[in-house]
Amino acid sequence: MFDVISIASRNLLRYRRRTTLTLLLIVIGMVAVLLFVAVAGSFRAMMVGQITDSVLGHLQVHRKGYVASIDNLPLNLNMKPPMVAKVEDALKANPAVETWSPRVKFGGMFSNFAETTSIRVNGIDPAREAATTPLLPGRMIEGDKAGALVGRGQIVIPLLLARGMKTKVGDTVVVVATNRDGSVNGKTFVVRGILESVTGPGGRDGYVHIDDARELLRMTEAEVSEIAVRLKDFSRLDRTTAQIKAALEGVGNNEGKSVLETHTWADLSPFANLAKMIDLMTLFIKVVLVSIVLVSVMNVMIMAVFERIREIGTIAAIGTPPSRILSLFLAEGLMLGIVGTVAGTVLSLVAIFGINLWSPTFNFGQQQNLVMAPTIAGGDVLTIAALVVVVAIVASLQPAWKASRMDPISALRHV
Amino acid sequence: MSLVTASNLTKTYRIGDIDVPAIKGIDFAIEPSSFVAFVGPSGSGKSTLLNMVGCLDHPTSGTLKVLDTDIATLDRRAAARFRGEHIGFVFQDFNLIPVLTVFENVEYPLRMVQEWPAEKRRSQVLRMLEAVGMSDQADKRPDQISGGQKQRVAVARALVSQPKLVLADEPTANLDHDTAYRILELMKKMRDDFGTTFIFSTHDPKIMGEAETTFTLEDGRLQNGGSHV
Repeated sequence: MFDVISIASRNLLRYRRRTTLTLLLIVIGMVAVLLFVAVAGSFRAMMVGQITDSVLGHLQVHRKGYVASIDNLPLNLNMKPPMVAKVEDALKANPAVETWSPRVKFGGMFSNFAETTSIRVNGIDPAREAATTPLLPGRMIEGDKAGALVGRGQIVIPLLLARGMKTKVGDTVVVVATNRDGSVNGKTFVVRGILESVTGPGGRDGYVHIDDARELLRMTEAEVSEIAVRLKDFSRLDRTTAQIKAALEGVGNNEGKSVLETHTWADLSPFANLAKMIDLMTLFIKVVLVSIVLVSVMNVMIMAVFERIREIGTIAAIGTPPSRILSLFLAEGLMLGIVGTVAGTVLSLVAIFGINLWSPTFNFGQQQNLVMAPTIAGGDVLTIAALVVVVAIVASLQPAWKASRMDPISALRHV
Repeated sequence: MSLVTASNLTKTYRIGDIDVPAIKGIDFAIEPSSFVAFVGPSGSGKSTLLNMVGCLDHPTSGTLKVLDTDIATLDRRAAARFRGEHIGFVFQDFNLIPVLTVFENVEYPLRMVQEWPAEKRRSQVLRMLEAVGMSDQADKRPDQISGGQKQRVAVARALVSQPKLVLADEPTANLDHDTAYRILELMKKMRDDFGTTFIFSTHDPKIMGEAETTFTLEDGRLQNGGSHV
């Protein structure tokens, strides 16, 4: 094998410029893909983190049918206390669950005594909500960030609403809501803080204490609209969601049918489609890389065979087995792939390190100055590197096969 | 026992719809350690005959045995193995591998075909380079030596695996007369030293006389049945 590699490397060095150009193509392709994967991956992770950690949680449990009509925030699809207890039992029993937060969601009218507009409100337990969506307190751009997110008699309102209604922290406002039986109730709140808006569902909601929400809606028992759940390890989302779904299957109505539904953040947020687009673009970029490597290596190997026909005839005539001739050319492709991959990987990692040192910022929706911090998993690097090497070998196969099958007499006569 | 025997040997090429006979039912035998020339004008069938003796081509009919092996029975792989074990080649254009040094070119059959161990390989290559007078050029590349030197290296490469038979198709065609004679003298010496049979083709009348046995081919037929000088 060493002999084959040694001769293959000399043959590659024979045409230095061509080999260098081919290597350059592979390196550029590798750098483009690894950088894209790192930047797009970190952008995706950051956006998903923003959505899950400041609004949605990793997954949510609702009463069946609630999500289908979530735009109406239906009060008649709230979970009753026994149902909530069963959900909490299932969550407690799952070691992958870190914490959860019950919410009462409703739509109402928001008035500053001069103007009135509509508002979507989350009634929350402040401590549990902060534990489930740890980035939520950080979104408070006006108001005291210390202490509980919201207390009894207080409301936190989204920035756009505060601007539109010219409402400041400390102002007294009224929220009027229709309760389940159709009657209307109102309650005054003091504006505790103003929240920076985020992209996605719930990103422009207001927050009140869950007991105030129940009081406003005249609930006679501790109903819950949804339970947002945070996992210890986000990468285990699909597996844990399946476990929770299975555990909640048994929570049924009188007819024995399951009455609960579980959704991951991706089921609830349109950003999941954007995330899928990023995944698709990553795949597309990988296809481009494969094409670059395939075409460039195949081109250089076809040329190598064409220019060395007499040489192939010579080594075939003196008894070199066809398999050895095949391996000589495959080794050239393999070496192009390996050298290009190693150089491309090193350059990419240096570039990723450089971007992290530079720390460029960008805006996403209402969020300003998000810091780009590209990272790439070792598994991704290995997968892409292996892909390039395999494609380089595949690209060499046809020319190498042709060389190994060449008729020595015709090859020796070739001019 | 003869090293090479041909019986009613025929080779016909098909070009389009036309059959073109290159060798027309010839018989001959070549003894071990002989120094043989196939001579004749261009197109007389010399190269076709050497290709068949070298297991690079199959006869259309008749029998051709090399070292008692009917070459018609050899498939591509077996033919390559047979060539690697028993036959050395010297080419008109030397056909040295340009990326390898003189030493490595001579070493190639032992390294890539027969896979000798490195130490044994090295001593055998040095011995062959010494024998052809090229040991002082061992580290040079083919483009750094003359045509005559290249053919010496080619002879060393053909002999390095100690084959029973060396085939040389017009080995002196690209050399001046003095160099051509020196190459033939070298080949003869190698025959004497190693007992290898040399078969070469030529159309140069001055070179023909160097052979001990000459077969004259004309239009695919043997004219003299092998005349001994």
